[in-house]
Amino acid sequence: MRNLGEALERVTRVAGIRGAMLVAEADGLVVAEALAEGLDGAAVAALAASLTLRLRRTATSAGLAVPHVVQLRAERGTVLSVPVGDDLLLVAVAERDANLGLARLELRQAAVQLGS
Amino acid sequence: MTDPIRELTAQLASDPQSLVFLELGEALRNRGQPAVAYKVARMGVGRYPELAAAHDLLARILADQGDRHAAAEAWRRVLELAPGHLGANKGLAFLAFRAGDPEGALPFLESALGAAPDDEGLAIAVQRVRLALDGSAARRATAAAPSAPVALRGAEGFEPFEEARGVVLLDAQGLRLAGTLEAPDGSDVSDAVAAHLQGVSREASRAARLLDLGAWESVTAESTDGHLLVLPPTPSTVLLLLRDARVPVGRLGLIAEQAARAARRWLERLA
Repeated sequence: MRNLGEALERVTRVAGIRGAMLVAEADGLVVAEALAEGLDGAAVAALAASLTLRLRRTATSAGLAVPHVVQLRAERGTVLSVPVGDDLLLVAVAERDANLGLARLELRQAAVQLGS
Repeated sequence: MTDPIRELTAQLASDPQSLVFLELGEALRNRGQPAVAYKVARMGVGRYPELAAAHDLLARILADQGDRHAAAEAWRRVLELAPGHLGANKGLAFLAFRAGDPEGALPFLESALGAAPDDEGLAIAVQRVRLALDGSAARRATAAAPSAPVALRGAEGFEPFEEARGVVLLDAQGLRLAGTLEAPDGSDVSDAVAAHLQGVSREASRAARLLDLGAWESVTAESTDGHLLVLPPTPSTVLLLLRDARVPVGRLGLIAEQAARAARRWLERLA
């Protein structure tokens, strides 16, 4: 579990990241989370898992490989999701002005760390 | 915030006669759990065999699962119970269109447009289907609904959809308005992608709203062999771009914004 905490912290250290969590892809339940106050972990997990699943179906129907990053951009922030192994997702919620390039990099490296 | 599905399940367990199964089935469907949603809808239809909404829910779940025959049967039952039902007409039109039968889709689309005359997406879909038919069929259709908007002018004159095999514009029902999508192997995947895309738009909108992030602006999926970007040029349309993985995601975003502006201009010309 030490690795899990380290991986989430690695992501939440990026400026503008409000939280990171590990989510079971099949049912959208939270496995572990490190969230800022006011962020509803269960909602983030369920919505991110559901959206990621739909994007995966869309991408595969377009003849593409399974996505390695899914990103929802909205007026006041961004939700990022990367797969960890076959069953889990690492999800981060970013503020509008967060450094998304760095956040994506840390997220993917954390996912590799968790998957190894 | 509690898990809405858990809450609805508890409500249904405490009152099995309740109509909450409709909301629960829809929530499960939206969460991508069609097998459980199907069981809930079946149970609801069993309890309320005369309730059009129950059959409509079942039909949408069956359509999601690709069982077109059973979905069509369920929607036909809806129309028996509630003639003119908007969802059933749209659903039957969608099934006919997907089966390559635009002539079969047209009466359902026209009935739907009659029930929702201000629906821009429906009006465009009706015109698109009419254009797909031969002249006599189109004339008959026009005579049957003279109040509908007249033409899909400019569909051929709009550069983003002419040159691109990686841009597609869809209406709110997931019907293609313009553009083509090609898979990396060169096959046309426009309709297959369109079928999933309507769900993505709804899901993105819901996620952004529930997480208090405001309106959704785009959704991107990056794969090793290509990137997808989805955005809503207008509230009732969705634009999807598909590009090779060598195109950086930031650049894809800029291309998408330009395409969205062009799509808005194109739609304005149609109005």
